[in-house]
Amino acid sequence: MVSIIVFALLSIAGFSVFFWNVSKIRSNIFLGRDLDRTDRKAERWKTMTLVALGQKKMFTRPIPALLHLCIYAAFVITQIELIEIIVDGITHEHRIFREALGGFYTFMISFIEILSVLALVATVIFLIRRNVVKVKRLTMDEMKGWPKRDANLILIMEIILVSCIFTMNGADEVLYQKGMSHAAYLGDGSMSFSISSWLGPLLFGGMETDTLNFLERVGWWGHVIMVFSFLNYLPYSKHFHIILAFPNTYYSNLEAKGRMTNMESVTNEVKLMMDPNADPYAAAPEGAEPQRFGAKDVQDLTWKNLLDAYTCTECGRCTSSCPANQTGKLLSPRKIMMDTRDRLTEVGDGIRKNGKDFSDGKSLLGDYITEEEIWACTSCNACLQECPVNIDPLSIIIDLRRFLVMEESKVPTELAGMLTNIENNGAPWQFSQTDRLNWKDEA
Amino acid sequence: MSNLKVPTMAEMLAEGKVPDILFWVGCAGSFDDRAKKITKAIVKILNHCEVSFAVLGTEESCSGDPAKRAGNEFTFQMQAMMNIQVLDGYEVKRIVTGCPHCFNTLKNEYPELGGNYEVLHHTQLIQDLINTGKLALQNGETYKGKKITFHDPCYLGRANDIYEAPRSLIEKLDAELVEMKRCKTNGLCCGAGGAQMFKEAEKGNKEINVERTEDALESKADIIATGCPFCNTMMTDGIKSFEKEDYIKVIDVAELIANAIDIEG
Repeated sequence: MVSIIVFALLSIAGFSVFFWNVSKIRSNIFLGRDLDRTDRKAERWKTMTLVALGQKKMFTRPIPALLHLCIYAAFVITQIELIEIIVDGITHEHRIFREALGGFYTFMISFIEILSVLALVATVIFLIRRNVVKVKRLTMDEMKGWPKRDANLILIMEIILVSCIFTMNGADEVLYQKGMSHAAYLGDGSMSFSISSWLGPLLFGGMETDTLNFLERVGWWGHVIMVFSFLNYLPYSKHFHIILAFPNTYYSNLEAKGRMTNMESVTNEVKLMMDPNADPYAAAPEGAEPQRFGAKDVQDLTWKNLLDAYTCTECGRCTSSCPANQTGKLLSPRKIMMDTRDRLTEVGDGIRKNGKDFSDGKSLLGDYITEEEIWACTSCNACLQECPVNIDPLSIIIDLRRFLVMEESKVPTELAGMLTNIENNGAPWQFSQTDRLNWKDEA
Repeated sequence: MSNLKVPTMAEMLAEGKVPDILFWVGCAGSFDDRAKKITKAIVKILNHCEVSFAVLGTEESCSGDPAKRAGNEFTFQMQAMMNIQVLDGYEVKRIVTGCPHCFNTLKNEYPELGGNYEVLHHTQLIQDLINTGKLALQNGETYKGKKITFHDPCYLGRANDIYEAPRSLIEKLDAELVEMKRCKTNGLCCGAGGAQMFKEAEKGNKEINVERTEDALESKADIIATGCPFCNTMMTDGIKSFEKEDYIKVIDVAELIANAIDIEG
């Protein structure tokens, strides 16, 4: 009875804190500017299915993709066992699906066990890649400190989780063989699960019934505690991608990658300039709030940019494919996303504490992302192409440039010259427009 | 004097004619000495196939791409709206251009400002001319035994998912198409995009065009085929930095085709 109460309290607390943290992230994301991504629903479902569920873009790098798939598949399918564990927690009915599902249950748990072993192997290889082999994209500057600990912590949690499953199933198997399992009414012999049917006797064979019962409960509670820890760790971690990958790919930009957003505020101004009948002294329409050109801080970005930031799991495929980064420039598209998320968390907390007009004198541009970084971008779209969950660092970079150029008039000298030339003679170089056709008569 | 026939839209209008397609030359194609040769190659092909086309000539102006990428949306939209007025004034429906940056901007960024056209990259138009039998390559053996690699321009490839049109043209030549280790969706930028063409690169340990040139040299190609005047400049400079200009040439796909039909001019 006590254990049921403890379990119930743990569940309520676990889910409540999780949803409270998720609601904070949600409100942070909605600090961003409006953007309509409600169109083309069929195409959006398709994108989400292929990219998030099917992990299509992961497979440009087959080895990490395969390892990741093992963990992903194990994680998804283990949720079935988790339902059973939760029922056990509430009702003390052990392995309730077994009687109902019969042979299929044995197959299902066996399958989960095999996937769990594969996931364990993948996790160990991932730890080795990060800490021993030190794969370059996983050990770059922006990955020092917390991001590195975050990644390792998740992998270690994964190992503990899988160990708990096998402790539980293994101890239960030995108990079962002794006819002492609390699921004993289901018959005796073996539970016939693919791994625990031999691993259990191997590890726990010959132990006392009390010890086995204790181990089974350690595995069970360990699993339950890890699940709730994991759930509540997610909102603080890059690992939140396991949830946000789905909405993020659903709300993907479906236009050609080369198309940069049109700034409507500018369109209105330009139309006024070009319309001879426009009244330059006309009052702004009622309720129109002047918007900053481009982005200086996270609130100037769209909600999709901010969703991107929380979805990023810092895999670094963008950075490793970035031509600027490969040639030693300061720019790293991954860092753009990490900076955006870190700043957003800071602004969100500040607003919740101090109200809507909160200001700490800091901004995304300047305090997190430097001008040198954004001026290194060639807008080649390699980062968007590579991202397995359709994150778009380029639109953030361009919005930061827009702020610098249009609000601050801070343009690299050569680009200022280029812009003046376009304005004066309709070409980025200083050639007269009247000479545009001279090539025709040149030998 | 060349014997290229390059009618302008104004001349056509004066004669009461409407061309099938507008050839948007672009700033590089109009002013850059290397790119002007590409422009002429495109005209040679259009003349050879008797395509009814015209240019805007002195009425053409920068598409606004570098201004937009440099963050100056005002300059971009001013350019775009002026260009749209000119294009709509001539009732232009189809446009072909040799510059992927103009291509992308005209195709993707003008519609929201009211400019709606069917926009083709020159490799797409040439592919179409070949497919419809209007263009036959008599002298395909010009490149016999040569290895040609295609450097994907970012604004044609990733930006607009066009990878096959330029390659299909190279395959029409009597040459071997070889790929660099990074190609198509995975292709490496030449370093010129995003207005970088008009500024010094930020501090780093290498130039991007040098990194890309290494890929090309590794492919053992005799010719780097390009589809963008800026890529052409960057790759040519890259080859020069390795002092390999005698061994490997940087040639636009339009030039490859124009040479293969060996037309007078």
